[in-house]
Amino acid sequence: MSIIIDKDMDIESLPDRIRRFPFPFSGDTYRYSANVQPANNAAATDVGSWGAGVIDIDEFYLDELADRDRILRRDPSRMQVLPHMRPAVWDTVATLLPTMAEENPDIMSFHREGNNCRWQNKLQNLDVEFTVGDDDSLPDGPLRFLGTQIQDDIVLLDIRDNTMWLDAGLVSFAADWSFGFDVGMSFMEIHHPVPRVKEENIISRAEQFLMRLQPGEQFRRTNWTMTIGRRLDTSTETYPEWGPDRGTIANDPDMPDKLHLRVEVQHLIRLPHTGVLLFLIRSYLLPLRDIAQVPTWREKFGNVLAELPEDMAEYKGIIRYRKAASDWLLAG
Amino acid sequence: MTVAALPISPHPAVDGGLQLEVTNVSPQTDSIVSITLADPSGRKLPSYVPGSHLVVQYGGEGVNAYSLTGSGNDPSEYTISVLRVEEGAGGSMAMHRLTAGDHVYVSRPRSAFAPASTATHHLLVAAGIGITPVLSHARAAADHGTTSSLIYVYRPGAGAHVDEARELLGPALTECSNRDSFQTVLTEQLTAQGVGTHLYVCGPIPFMDAVLDHARELGWPSARLHSEAFGAAELDEGEPFMVNLVRSGLRLEVPAGVSLLDTLEKAGKSVPNMCRKGICGECVLPVLRGVPQHRDLYLTDQEKAENTTMMCCVSRSEDPELELDL
Repeated sequence: MSIIIDKDMDIESLPDRIRRFPFPFSGDTYRYSANVQPANNAAATDVGSWGAGVIDIDEFYLDELADRDRILRRDPSRMQVLPHMRPAVWDTVATLLPTMAEENPDIMSFHREGNNCRWQNKLQNLDVEFTVGDDDSLPDGPLRFLGTQIQDDIVLLDIRDNTMWLDAGLVSFAADWSFGFDVGMSFMEIHHPVPRVKEENIISRAEQFLMRLQPGEQFRRTNWTMTIGRRLDTSTETYPEWGPDRGTIANDPDMPDKLHLRVEVQHLIRLPHTGVLLFLIRSYLLPLRDIAQVPTWREKFGNVLAELPEDMAEYKGIIRYRKAASDWLLAG
Repeated sequence: MTVAALPISPHPAVDGGLQLEVTNVSPQTDSIVSITLADPSGRKLPSYVPGSHLVVQYGGEGVNAYSLTGSGNDPSEYTISVLRVEEGAGGSMAMHRLTAGDHVYVSRPRSAFAPASTATHHLLVAAGIGITPVLSHARAAADHGTTSSLIYVYRPGAGAHVDEARELLGPALTECSNRDSFQTVLTEQLTAQGVGTHLYVCGPIPFMDAVLDHARELGWPSARLHSEAFGAAELDEGEPFMVNLVRSGLRLEVPAGVSLLDTLEKAGKSVPNMCRKGICGECVLPVLRGVPQHRDLYLTDQEKAENTTMMCCVSRSEDPELELDL
């Protein structure tokens, strides 16, 4: 028997998409947990880090925003704001734009006098003035505008009667769920289909935690699934476009390039002025071929896929190809 | 002008908060002053939810919570009003001694009396110094284009913020100076409201209880009733206790207001942890002797009853001493 040992990795030569990837596994198994931690702390991975700030802007910025624009034009139901959530939308804009300017001073700036604001974004040659509270002061309204500035999907949960309600959002890149279907539902209702978490009480604990956050507090967690093709919109609405690939990918010779680990970095922020919970979902895709460039990732992800219980693999929609993916990764 | 020295260290309740300068002190009544605070370098202050309070450190050790009176939208200053309480713990007396130029430690604004986003009308009820958080509500409602009305009970000559309330609310303000007229007005308004109205009350506890009871008797569901309860959303600082770390041979005191996790870390013990809020389960510790005071959201009721593990980020001790396998 011979053991092939990888050559020492040259970390410096790895591309940004790998070095900045939020690899989510710390061991060889995965279970649901309330894996929250304070935001705004760089998390080290074996080859880099992620999460130093809240809004991450990367090489896919303009492409993903163009993708979102196409999706929203085709299907306006991806953005909805119940009337009582208008102040929370403005609270989101007034919170995130200054944050982005602070995190990226070379390319973005934000100035505010009273409710009059000016936002500049060099990546888009953009210089706009608007008034907080005046929906007509931004093209297509404040939420649609914010959706042209950040890659994250945006969900707003109102807190009343000791319950959280999904009452507004802009979600173009849903991973196998439907924003339009969930609007108006409570936090418990939204998570009803997730296996195990009810028995393990995770959802009600998470809800209690989120409702106890004080305005201004910022936390984050990761979640993951797999996606075939470099495709962010795997919403229920477009299932006919991407669903069938799940049945063929296991036998596709291009699987290592087509099959991606999809990681969501989710930020959980109690907005300062409305107290509404802002839930940001930033989705990252990395093909198996790239994951295999980091030996520890290849091994951990391969083991996680092999060990994952059937019900969880079924819910994540990966049950038909996870063995093929695991075999490829572990074969090295 | 006297410049009071800042206390040597911030109290745990204001740790991670702000250091602000008193920019104005103005008397509202014989016993109430309004104190305005701003960032010494002129920076904007964090926005806050209407009805929020600040925890302010006074003297070397004590802290008190005071309601913010502004709308909370992008403020450059915070204003609180403080009633002098002669027989209190000394906090209000210390606050009344503040003058412009003094520096104080304050928490970030904390929300425990938020307006309901779905309310079609806000009915505000205040007695005495209880005017402060509902004034914040009235201002925010005006900002957002929602209507509000206010019943304000105060002793003649002893009402704070009366002129502001009159200007802000106009005919939607009802002023009462005695119990009987207040009861009449309250009953009238409680029976005349539409179904989308939410009620908010702030004042002495017996006053709040009476208003809430009256509303319930008239059929108001509790989801539409809100009362100010300072800090109800926060964990209290708890009693001091000792921990005996059996394997390390260390004995440590955990002071009130300091978590067991913080105490262990200060003593050089590293404990895996993530959320520091009692939900993620990372900082679990085995308990060998003593009954923990479980304040986490992670352990099941059964696990809590077994008293063999605890979450050291939020949980404390029912007994004077805990023995830990550490």
